[in-house]
Amino acid sequence: MAKIDDYIPITGQSIIDDLRLLAEKLQGKVVQTINSTAVGGGVAEILNQMVPLLQELGVDTHWDLIKGGMEFFDVTKKFHNALHGRTGNITQRDFDIFMETSQRNVEEVNIYGDIVFIHDPQPIGLIKKKSGNKWIWRCHVDVSSPDKKVWQYLNEFISQYDAAVFSAPSFSPILPIRQFLISPSIDPLSDKNRELPAETIKAVQDKYGIELDKPIISQISRFDRLKDPVGVIDAYRLVKKYIDCQLILAGGTASDDPEGIEVFEEVKEQAKDDPDIHILMMPHNNIEVNALQRLSTVILQKSLKEGFGLTVAEALWKSKPVVASNVGGIPLQIKHKYSGLLCHSVEGAAFAIKQLLNNPGYAKKLGESGREHIKNNYLLTRHLKEYMLLFLSLYHGEDVVYL
Amino acid sequence: MEKAKEPFKFVTRLHLTELTGLKASTLQEMVRILREVPGSCIYHHTHRFLQQHQHISPEPPNDFAYWVTSILVEEDLGERLASIDVVQFTSIRQLREKIIKTIANFLQTHPSASKRFAEAGDEFYFVKSVSFIIPTKYEATSLVEFKDILRKITPDSIYFHIFESRLRLDKKENDFSNWLEQVLQEKELAGQIARLDPYTHTMEELREAIIRLVEKRITSNGKN
Repeated sequence: MAKIDDYIPITGQSIIDDLRLLAEKLQGKVVQTINSTAVGGGVAEILNQMVPLLQELGVDTHWDLIKGGMEFFDVTKKFHNALHGRTGNITQRDFDIFMETSQRNVEEVNIYGDIVFIHDPQPIGLIKKKSGNKWIWRCHVDVSSPDKKVWQYLNEFISQYDAAVFSAPSFSPILPIRQFLISPSIDPLSDKNRELPAETIKAVQDKYGIELDKPIISQISRFDRLKDPVGVIDAYRLVKKYIDCQLILAGGTASDDPEGIEVFEEVKEQAKDDPDIHILMMPHNNIEVNALQRLSTVILQKSLKEGFGLTVAEALWKSKPVVASNVGGIPLQIKHKYSGLLCHSVEGAAFAIKQLLNNPGYAKKLGESGREHIKNNYLLTRHLKEYMLLFLSLYHGEDVVYL
Repeated sequence: MEKAKEPFKFVTRLHLTELTGLKASTLQEMVRILREVPGSCIYHHTHRFLQQHQHISPEPPNDFAYWVTSILVEEDLGERLASIDVVQFTSIRQLREKIIKTIANFLQTHPSASKRFAEAGDEFYFVKSVSFIIPTKYEATSLVEFKDILRKITPDSIYFHIFESRLRLDKKENDFSNWLEQVLQEKELAGQIARLDPYTHTMEELREAIIRLVEKRITSNGKN
């Protein structure tokens, strides 16, 4: 696990000095962060990196989990899809299951933080335990066009918080509480993003039987319909008509996502027996993800909806040319034709991939600009800074705060 | 060695972006909301690019111009908004009025512009900056110390003393020029720094430009 000073060669000393200054201002405050899973998915990944660093900086930070169960996570997955605008069949029974589990967690979870930092809808009901401390609801989901019924239901909880946090301006609803924009981040020193020795990359290449005789298009993302893995295969097939290439679709599933295996099977079915499509289920192997990204010629993120789309930042950090959908937080990471190419359709994605494969100089330039943009705006150090500012903002209502 | 009676105390400014939930899909809506939002919104949308693109500025220097150009495809108005000379304004109130007037005048002379609208998801989202101002350990009592510290401080600190302090805290001039003129009696150097157009530099270019001016002054009179 990286220490805070390990980031100095990447960010410079002064950025780390600022983090220490802010941490001093939070002395005496206990921060309790709560979500529903310790592994799998972006939220757990970010917390696994952030919590130890906040502790090292001297911010008294703790991480707790709520308990769920299959039925509860089926409901919260439905909520998740509904918040992304997919209207599903959500019944009163679903709301009852959500409320029953929430109530059990209210009874069982010990709340001791001066600042209670709740992530996503699963633990949102814990707000019932608010008593004189400060509560933040951190929404990692794209709620730009949510299902009204689910949003109204959750809004009853949200409006009791002191502040809410969203990942992109387009997710911001009208709320009676303060709301902040904090984009997630990548950890440049994690196994997923650090430089890898050539032999490590080669070992992963050999393990999955990937030849480098053709350019590699890849999408490395959870097996989730919202990531549109079938659309990725369609785009690859349009490119393949003109350029002999191969496709890697790799990812895992999260413990709070019951649909993952189902989607994986659908994707395998769609790929049929094309020997140039590699479909890899690799749960939580960050070094392999890193190696596959580094092996790729073009990285794709063809999501239909996206909370933020950290895989884009990961790819750009490795100076890779990226083609990604213009949804969620992706346009914050990619300025079209400057740090990557944005698309709106399967055909658009295929066209962009062809442009990059046929113009390696242009692809290289986009990748390099992308890395610089990520370095300045989407590294963990910026995220740590903003979380500490968020905690401090709970005690200051003004727009200019003198600390 | 000539020492300043009052040291220059470097502070840093860290910011958090606060969302408002307000969005505009037409120019008329934009003008209406521009009249209502807090000054911190105007400040944010005219200064965000400076911080986000420290290495290069690929966008027009304010969010209004970017949206009008790339989403509404009103390039003429986009250019007028991009070329608003922010350095000429000493208050957010004046800057707000200028932006509103620029759009309103354009709507009067180009009535068809009022028919343009952004698709869902492409609206202009109004957000604001919350600034946290924190003292640093750095204090300068001479030109040499001032120059040495300029090399060490963060872009955020330079940003505060050059942009934010002047415009957001309603001072007439940037902090560096104020101190150089009033405390060190370096009127010419203060004027040279004040005349740099900070909005056309990246933060690192600006740092280098100020350091060069200070070094030149130190060399010219052997002052330290």
